Amino acid sequence: MDKLLFGDNQFFGVNHMSEEKARAQAIRFQRLDAIIKVLDVAYDEGVKSFMCTTHDRIGQVVDHMRGNPARYADFEFYPCMPYAHKYANAMTEDGLIGAIKRFVPQDGLLSAAVRGGMSFVRKDIEGITTLLIDAEMKMFQGMKTPVIFLQNVVVDLLLGLGMNDALLIFAQHIRERNRAEPGFITMNLPVLLDVLDELGIENPIVCSSINKLGFRMCGGIEAYRRVLQERKFRAVAMSVFASGAIPPDEAIEWVGSLPNIESIVFGASSRANIRSTKQLVDKCWSLSDTCA
Amino acid sequence: MLRVAIIGLGKMGLSLYSIINMHDDVEVAGVCDKSGYLLDILKKYTGVGVYTDYVEMFDKEDLDAVLVATPPKMHYAIVKMAIEKGIHVYCEKPFTLDPAQSRELASLAQARGLVNQVGYHYRFVGAFQEVKRLLDLKAIGKVSHVLAEAYGPVVLRRKDSTWRTDRKQGGGCVYDYAAHPLNLVTWFLGTPSRAGGGVLNSIFSEETDDEVYGTLFFEDGVSAQLSINWSDESYRKMSTKISIWGTKGNITADRQEVHVYLRDKAEVPEGYVHGWNSRNTTELTKPVFFYVRGEEYSAELDHFIKSIQGKHDVPISSFEGAAATDEAIAMLIADAVTCR
Repeated sequence: MDKLLFGDNQFFGVNHMSEEKARAQAIRFQRLDAIIKVLDVAYDEGVKSFMCTTHDRIGQVVDHMRGNPARYADFEFYPCMPYAHKYANAMTEDGLIGAIKRFVPQDGLLSAAVRGGMSFVRKDIEGITTLLIDAEMKMFQGMKTPVIFLQNVVVDLLLGLGMNDALLIFAQHIRERNRAEPGFITMNLPVLLDVLDELGIENPIVCSSINKLGFRMCGGIEAYRRVLQERKFRAVAMSVFASGAIPPDEAIEWVGSLPNIESIVFGASSRANIRSTKQLVDKCWSLSDTCA
Repeated sequence: MLRVAIIGLGKMGLSLYSIINMHDDVEVAGVCDKSGYLLDILKKYTGVGVYTDYVEMFDKEDLDAVLVATPPKMHYAIVKMAIEKGIHVYCEKPFTLDPAQSRELASLAQARGLVNQVGYHYRFVGAFQEVKRLLDLKAIGKVSHVLAEAYGPVVLRRKDSTWRTDRKQGGGCVYDYAAHPLNLVTWFLGTPSRAGGGVLNSIFSEETDDEVYGTLFFEDGVSAQLSINWSDESYRKMSTKISIWGTKGNITADRQEVHVYLRDKAEVPEGYVHGWNSRNTTELTKPVFFYVRGEEYSAELDHFIKSIQGKHDVPISSFEGAAATDEAIAMLIADAVTCR
């Protein structure tokens, strides 16, 4: 994985600090070309991996890249599924089972129908889960997707329910069918690592909030430091700026001082911010393995 | 270890289950839902005890506490039975559809010395807790007016009928959406004495309301206005904003941040200055034991458990507080009918 991954929160009006800023971003990025412009800037600055939700609008971004293969030769998508609001709204209307039924492809391949139909009868979540994954991945067909993430809202919900098998099903399916590495996003890093270990998922890619304030780091900074030191996993740090609460240089320097951070995911909307983040990270990691 | 059961496994019930299951002091003793299909899946993959009948579950399981997340019209009967059996109760909102029933349950729970809580999670959002703290300190002097707004993308077309599309069953914008900002208003100002200018309007729904407006009047000339609309997809998700005017300043707050303006004459709380002050979620949010979908959902369940353990004396979202909200809702509905 690249050291820097580009996130997509800014494009969809997700801002954990201010609803006003979120709205301004939603207005600015209403048009696809505004999103593409920022992605082009990131690409030209050397940030070529895009960690994105499986939002309908990302489908349009993918279509644009697909139509310009020469321009985006090194561009990689790191899809994060599912786009949770879609399911949450469906679940409010139809309940859990109804929502799942709604998103399982109705026509599709015969094998898909068999997988889904049999699963429903046997109450076997494997077939249903893999069908939902395939449906989410449809928009990325033909594009490079070396890592595919399961969103924290699902990972952490399953973790809490103790439905750990579903995490294994996800990992196996991503490896076998998509020939990609599975990734897990979580707000509960230490607990998740224990479970992935029990499931036999070795050296997993795990993305979690890691920032100097300890914001959204369940278990606390010390527990995170310990697992980074002691556990074998590929760590991706998100929320490193804690939505802007920590100055950029201080934020990167702190994350850089931690052991074994493989990548950082960040969002930005201007060339200046993209460039300065890239420079901070390059400077930090060129000194040694960590920048301490 | 406290033995806890969950009744109702919809969107709220499943996330309550996921969170409480990770609490160090809790053992989930059973779950109950009418969907046998879902129960079978849970049983197969987690081994939890499953029931389709809560009466049977109450009879068979030795429970310390129950989380009730069924459709609202079932709350009264379930909660009453739990109280009679001496079980501590956390119930989803809206509490009941009749303020008299809400009051009855509040006094029953109190008489039995049982911990009672309703799932108004905004009371566990750092920004709104800071507003409450500032008001208790009288930081902006005597409050004269509150504006409570909430907008979001819930009903954007006509939907097939479920309990959520029927006001008689507790569905609709007033019970599902307006209840949250109303609960904040009654937390800040107490129970209103009357409502005026009530509007409950349908935009897409056939059997219930999609937008709610109105004024609530409190003692001492204090008033609150509501502007709630859940058919607005220009908001990505539910956005609630509270604005409060006082003799010595004003406060605006949403989930993410609190802005406070303090006049020259205001007594300034520690960490604040005259003029503008801003606090945001990263500094106001306390860490939680497990995170699924927002710190407030974990914080409210931790508060419930710690209250049972006797570690909290002051309830934050009791049946009584929820009953005040139910009264405000009933006043608005009655006024809206009269206005027509």
